[in-house]
Amino acid sequence: MHNQESTAAGRHAETAPAATDIRMETRKLSVFYGDTAGVNDVSLSMYNKKITALIGPSGCGKTTFLRSLNRMHDLTRGARVTGQALLDGSDIYAPKVDPVTVRRRVGMVFQKPTPFPTMSIYDNVVAGLKLVGIRNRAVLDEVAEKALRGAALWDEVKDRLKAPGGGISGGQQQRLSIARALAVEPEVLLMDEPTSSLDPQSTIRIEELMSELKKQVTIVIVTHNMQQASRISDYTAFFYVGDLVEFNPTAKMFTNPNQKRTEEYITGRFG
Amino acid sequence: MTAFNGNTTKTGSAALATPVLSLGRRYWRDRLMLGLLASSTILVLVPLFIVIAYVVVQGIGALNWDFFTQELGSPTRAHTGQPTGLVHTIIGTLVVDSMALIIAVPLGIGAGVMLAEYPDHRLNPLLRLLNDTLNGMPAILKGMLAFALIVKPMGTFSGLAGAVALTFVMLPIIARATESALDIIPWSIREAGLALGLPRWRVILSTIIPAAKVGLVTGILIAFARAAGEAAPLLFTSFGNNYLPSRWTGWLFGPVDTLPQRLYSLAISPYKQWHEMGWAAGIVLLVMVILLFITARVTVRRA
Amino acid sequence: MAAAPSTYELVRRTPPLLYRWLGDRIFAVLVTLFGLTVMGLAISLAVVLFWEGSEAIKTFGFWGFLIGTTWDPALTLTFGTFPFLIGTVVTSVAALALSFFPALAVAIFSAEYAPRWLSHIIDALVDLIAAVPSVVVGIWGIFVLAPWLRDHFYLPLYMWAAESRPELLPIIGSPMGYGMTTAVIVLALMIVPFTAALSRDAIRLVPKAQREACWALGATRWEVIRMAVLPYARSGIVAGAILSFGRAIGETMAVAMLIGNKNTLPFDLFGPAATMPSVIINEFREAVENLHLSSLMAIGFYLFLISLIVNLLAAYIQRKMMVAGGRSA
Repeated sequence: MHNQESTAAGRHAETAPAATDIRMETRKLSVFYGDTAGVNDVSLSMYNKKITALIGPSGCGKTTFLRSLNRMHDLTRGARVTGQALLDGSDIYAPKVDPVTVRRRVGMVFQKPTPFPTMSIYDNVVAGLKLVGIRNRAVLDEVAEKALRGAALWDEVKDRLKAPGGGISGGQQQRLSIARALAVEPEVLLMDEPTSSLDPQSTIRIEELMSELKKQVTIVIVTHNMQQASRISDYTAFFYVGDLVEFNPTAKMFTNPNQKRTEEYITGRFG
Repeated sequence: MTAFNGNTTKTGSAALATPVLSLGRRYWRDRLMLGLLASSTILVLVPLFIVIAYVVVQGIGALNWDFFTQELGSPTRAHTGQPTGLVHTIIGTLVVDSMALIIAVPLGIGAGVMLAEYPDHRLNPLLRLLNDTLNGMPAILKGMLAFALIVKPMGTFSGLAGAVALTFVMLPIIARATESALDIIPWSIREAGLALGLPRWRVILSTIIPAAKVGLVTGILIAFARAAGEAAPLLFTSFGNNYLPSRWTGWLFGPVDTLPQRLYSLAISPYKQWHEMGWAAGIVLLVMVILLFITARVTVRRA
Repeated sequence: MAAAPSTYELVRRTPPLLYRWLGDRIFAVLVTLFGLTVMGLAISLAVVLFWEGSEAIKTFGFWGFLIGTTWDPALTLTFGTFPFLIGTVVTSVAALALSFFPALAVAIFSAEYAPRWLSHIIDALVDLIAAVPSVVVGIWGIFVLAPWLRDHFYLPLYMWAAESRPELLPIIGSPMGYGMTTAVIVLALMIVPFTAALSRDAIRLVPKAQREACWALGATRWEVIRMAVLPYARSGIVAGAILSFGRAIGETMAVAMLIGNKNTLPFDLFGPAATMPSVIINEFREAVENLHLSSLMAIGFYLFLISLIVNLLAAYIQRKMMVAGGRSA
């Protein structure tokens, strides 16, 4: 297991861009549920303004790993994280680091759209700002429009910003969730299978949106759809039963993977 | 911070960089709320212990041999120090409560079976509505109904009328509990039974109900505990009685004493000795209800 | 003797009628009968109370009885339920107001803040409070709470008012300990567990995704509760409060033991009053006049109507305020 980690780390050292481009990085990160490890000693770098896709069969730990990047495991009873996760070089699991601040810098979008159903579209978008006490209407308006434009939703909802957030289509709800995450200007955006509950049309819109977004933010996306990973990501990490098996630029990963197991998975022989 | 849109104006980023509410204040608020919530919780739970403690302290002295073996008699008995107790009340409670249980369990389970096992029955929405209505009605009204249905035609207060009144209290609880207990059992189990060529009634009686046993028992215990503590429906049905009935039929067809109703009468009586017996009756009633309650909880835990 | 049937014959034998259509038919009829019994009871509750109370309702009129302010079973045999209606509504509203926030706090604390072992204990204790019989609370109220309130609260306040603000005396009323305020306090105590348990259930039903979405925005625990949990659970919480209000309306024994039982308006703050259930409990056994008994039955009928409205309102609000959407389309 330890071996696995060092080879993986060695491998991406050859192909990686300069170290200064690393936005987020884990070092020997493990996540335990009780006594069982859901993620084992994973060391992985996520490059600035790139999309990193995490793939692997279900139950392989990719979502668990993703949730360790903004300390969501703090909220799960019995979950424990060891190792380091560095954001701009400083460990988010260091003793005095505040998880709330971490989550503001590392936003997250979930598998199912999660608009707050009792709030209007507008209030959903500015929810993160109201938390920190920003009430200035002009500021809120500006941020809301910017975030909605950023999430490619503005044109569809600009005439009904006061409508309930749960009253729009699933694809729109997911883009609303993205807008809400963008409104607080995170540096990294984590996406946990953001299109798995959407129809193909909405999926394509979200994928287009992601390639637009990566001009501004670093994206880490979990997907069970290998076509999606190959379409949108710059780097791909393949997880298998809690281990990081291989990490490479997506082009290389899908044409000429280093590991036999990666190839088997990508060609559909298991998973 | 990275802007994700080229034309960020100054107001926006400035406002974001310097939030109005500092993190420290937000955490302080969080802790303040935690403090408020925790102290409210204590505030709500403390009276429970105060009530229990008082009942035990005040009543334990009167909880002697006589209490469990003698009948109450007239107030002079207590005044003159003659032996007096609540044996007739304890027996009466057992008689009335178990009679109520015997009537309510089959009826309630039957209605619950109708709701859960015949989901397409045309009467079900109405049954559910009326059952909930019955459940939401004050217990005192159920006593008045039993008074009108049983006491008036019979011309006398009776243990039977009390049991019927308590049945009205238990019935909707048992029916609802049965429905939710049966609902949990997956349909595939029913289909497996039917596929063996068993008739529906056989499948329900020998597969579904045993599988839902825990839920049923819990529901019955909760209904029983609820009814056992009720005094309002008994005051004008079983009425109360200071003496043991002279014949066994008196338990059914004559006025019968029960713990909650006796506790009420003792508490509002002007005699000090009776007040003490009232507290003691409170202990017995509390122990009974709490035991039922714990049994119900343990049954759930076991499952 | 005939030869024993072969296994094949045994297996292929037609089952008895009970194991074919007849058994199922009988069972279905039986079960329906049980269901009909429950339905019949609910309906007869209304019908019987109306029937038994019809003499009073006919004598004083449907509305006349409801808004009549005189309750005189001794001399004029005039009956009006308005004082009891006021007593019931005021005590129940006050009890709900007094208990709602503490109950909600218990629910939030147990569901959101407390570690699992502690929330198990809190839930069990809350359910236990609900299980304490009304008469037990009543006897404690008579001998402990009421005298304590009288000595440490009502009397000092009354004395102070008598000396410096005599104009307040009619509002304060007799400080003897048995009266409106004592009844309200005990009533609040008794409905707390219902409000708490129903709110707790509503809070537990809030999807994990809603909470996590709020966490991921960088919210503190309280902010998650305020922004994601409470708005989502609001229908259950409000419906629960209304159901608790319904409980308060019907709560009989403890109130009858503590409210002091005064049958005429006006009621004051500390002084004795009466509610619809309390007057029934107090007078039903002693009612000799037909019209008196009928009037008590009629009060029962109005109590039925009020409870029915409250219960239907709770169900309506539960549905109406239910969070629509928010789930994946």
